[in-house]
Amino acid sequence: MDVVNQLQRQFIDYSASLHREGFLDDQFTQLQKLQDDNSPDFVVEVASLFFEDCEKLINNMARALEQQQGVDFKQVDASVHQLKGSSSSIGAMRVKDVCIAFRSFCEAQNREGCLRCLQQVTHEYSLLKNKLQTLFRLQQQILAAGGSIPVVE
Amino acid sequence: MTVEQIVSEGKDQFPIGMRVLAVDDDPTCLLLLGTLLRRCQYHVTTTSQAKTALKMLRENKNKFDLVISDVHMPDMDGFKLLEHVGLEMDLPVIMLSANGDTKLVMKGITHGACDYLLKPVRIEELQNIWQHVVRRKKKDRCNSGSKDKPHPDSGEAAGIGNFDNNGKLNKKRKDQNEDEDDERDENGHDIEDPSAQKKPRVVWSVELHRKFVAAVNQLGIDKAVPKKILELMNVEKLTRENVASHLQKFRLYLKRISCVANQQANMAAALGTADSAYLRMGSLNGLGNFHTLTGSDQLHNAAFRSFPPSGVLGRLNTPAGLGIRGLPSPGTIQLGHVQNSGNPTNDLSKLQSFVPGNHNTNILQGMPMSLELDRLQHNKSAGHIGELPTTDSTTVFPGPGSLVDARITGFSNNPLLGVTSNSLMLEGSSQQATSHTSVSAIGFQNGNALSDFTFIAPASNQLQDSKADSQGQASPINCNAGQIIRSAPQEWNAPRKDAPYQSHASLNSSIPINGAMIQLGQYLDRNNSIFHRTTDLDSVGPLNFVDPLSIKHSEGDNSIMEPSVIEKEGYLMFQPRPHGNHDPDNIGSLEDLASAMMKQVRLVVSSLVNI
Repeated sequence: MDVVNQLQRQFIDYSASLHREGFLDDQFTQLQKLQDDNSPDFVVEVASLFFEDCEKLINNMARALEQQQGVDFKQVDASVHQLKGSSSSIGAMRVKDVCIAFRSFCEAQNREGCLRCLQQVTHEYSLLKNKLQTLFRLQQQILAAGGSIPVVE
Repeated sequence: MTVEQIVSEGKDQFPIGMRVLAVDDDPTCLLLLGTLLRRCQYHVTTTSQAKTALKMLRENKNKFDLVISDVHMPDMDGFKLLEHVGLEMDLPVIMLSANGDTKLVMKGITHGACDYLLKPVRIEELQNIWQHVVRRKKKDRCNSGSKDKPHPDSGEAAGIGNFDNNGKLNKKRKDQNEDEDDERDENGHDIEDPSAQKKPRVVWSVELHRKFVAAVNQLGIDKAVPKKILELMNVEKLTRENVASHLQKFRLYLKRISCVANQQANMAAALGTADSAYLRMGSLNGLGNFHTLTGSDQLHNAAFRSFPPSGVLGRLNTPAGLGIRGLPSPGTIQLGHVQNSGNPTNDLSKLQSFVPGNHNTNILQGMPMSLELDRLQHNKSAGHIGELPTTDSTTVFPGPGSLVDARITGFSNNPLLGVTSNSLMLEGSSQQATSHTSVSAIGFQNGNALSDFTFIAPASNQLQDSKADSQGQASPINCNAGQIIRSAPQEWNAPRKDAPYQSHASLNSSIPINGAMIQLGQYLDRNNSIFHRTTDLDSVGPLNFVDPLSIKHSEGDNSIMEPSVIEKEGYLMFQPRPHGNHDPDNIGSLEDLASAMMKQVRLVVSSLVNI
């Protein structure tokens, strides 16, 4: 159907742009491949979990960095480490890259640097969330129109 | 194919249906991991709490084939979980982390992980993890099949010979026991399918393990054979094979601990390291270590710490690399640990017990002294370790070279360790050469490097005569030995060519003296050059060498990396056989090395003496 084709094309283009811009990397493609009839919502599930986790971690970091008495960099580092792990697992490349820089600031115990990174992480996370939500919406539309999700390589 | 189907038919379709327990506090990763594993057609159980995972495992060890765990977890460190699982349940554990630092990976290995994966984990990597299950099953089969060897070390030695990694240990034993295994019915029935041929797994609960450790302690590491342990434990439905395989794991565990401890110890006292090396070796051999281990959990840590096998190795490596210099340090470093561990005394006692046992194990043959020394040393070890380096290592180890090495290593590291290691070292040497005496000499000297040297020369003679007497000598030496060892490692570098090597060797594998010898041999060449130099320099020369080494060791960093390396070497080299001759495989090479070293040592010694 034309509508389906159109949607599918849109989906492919959008996916490609996300990859191009570095929001997603190959790991995300792997995730998509894991989705099958047995777990049709797998990607959405993982993404939702990731967003929840991300918010929690960001809050932890913000709280830790706000401490006037003395920032517990170890704690911040632990949170960053976890965020790095989960972002790399889902393929959130830009988030992961910020985490890498974030970690070195933590090691250096540089509060300013950490705060900057925290801002960046928050920003990247919101961007990604929006983009993925758009992507998932497209997916749903395709399915609703009776089509199938094209596999983007 | 549904998971349920797979599970029920798991045995036949392995690796399909392999039961995996996945632990990760990150929900995103856990979900992903679980999905990937299911995609590989494994049967997956996930949990985000390490404690829950342990509980599940303890409830029924047979419920799972493999555990995958994240390294960073809030409720329990992944490495801790790893150790628990490895020790209590003997299940293969794979570590998972976003952090792929070499140090972390190394840590995983030393704690017993059979693999280390990086996040994000890919399905291709997970598709092959079943190999770890198969490998372990094979190992278990062989281990349980092996009869209790009269000598713990013989069994261990075999394993030790393959020290490049823990697995090797098993392998060697496996090879040795293969025939037995085949004949034995217990494992024979379903070899082809590892998962199918599961014998009812014994869950090594904390209580059970405690009994085990107590039994091993009671028997003494060297005498801790599965049969006797079983009798002492007096637990229903526990077979000798269960105990045997657990014993092996235990030894590996001790080794690991000591490696870890060594790293931490980074004792400046290179001498200390030597001891630790021995200690570890002892543990590996089961001779000494077990004592320490069984003695108490503390001991374990302590013992291990002091001895971290890797530490030993590390030490050896450094000395070896350095030549003579290297030797003392590693040992000392380890010794340092020993001291730190606080259980040193325990270690010593263990060592002692160990030593006697070591007779069998080549390493300690001549060394009864060393053990004693260690004790003495150990108590003072803290102080001694540092001392030795300066002392004439050369003096200590002259001549007996082979012995010296063994001994030296023992002493240097930890007074406690040193003792055992020393003894080990000496023992090893003694076998090869009557160098025992020399070794003993070394021990004595510790405190005063220079004085030691002179001391050594005469001592060596004595040593030779008294392998048996070594015990007696050991005592004097022990005091010194501990000291010497410390210094020896350092000094060794220069004069001792042989000594350093030996010490290294001994350190690593306290057990396999043979192995040590081999190492020594290698070192000999290096040492020779160094040695020559030292001789020219007179005792002073060696000292120079020693110092840098000792310093190195103190840093302990080396040990960390090296120990593991050394361990391998050490282990390979050191066959637990006290004689060094015991192990035909090792002996040949060791003996050659030993004799070569001896010659060199003699040269050095004589030159030193002249000084």
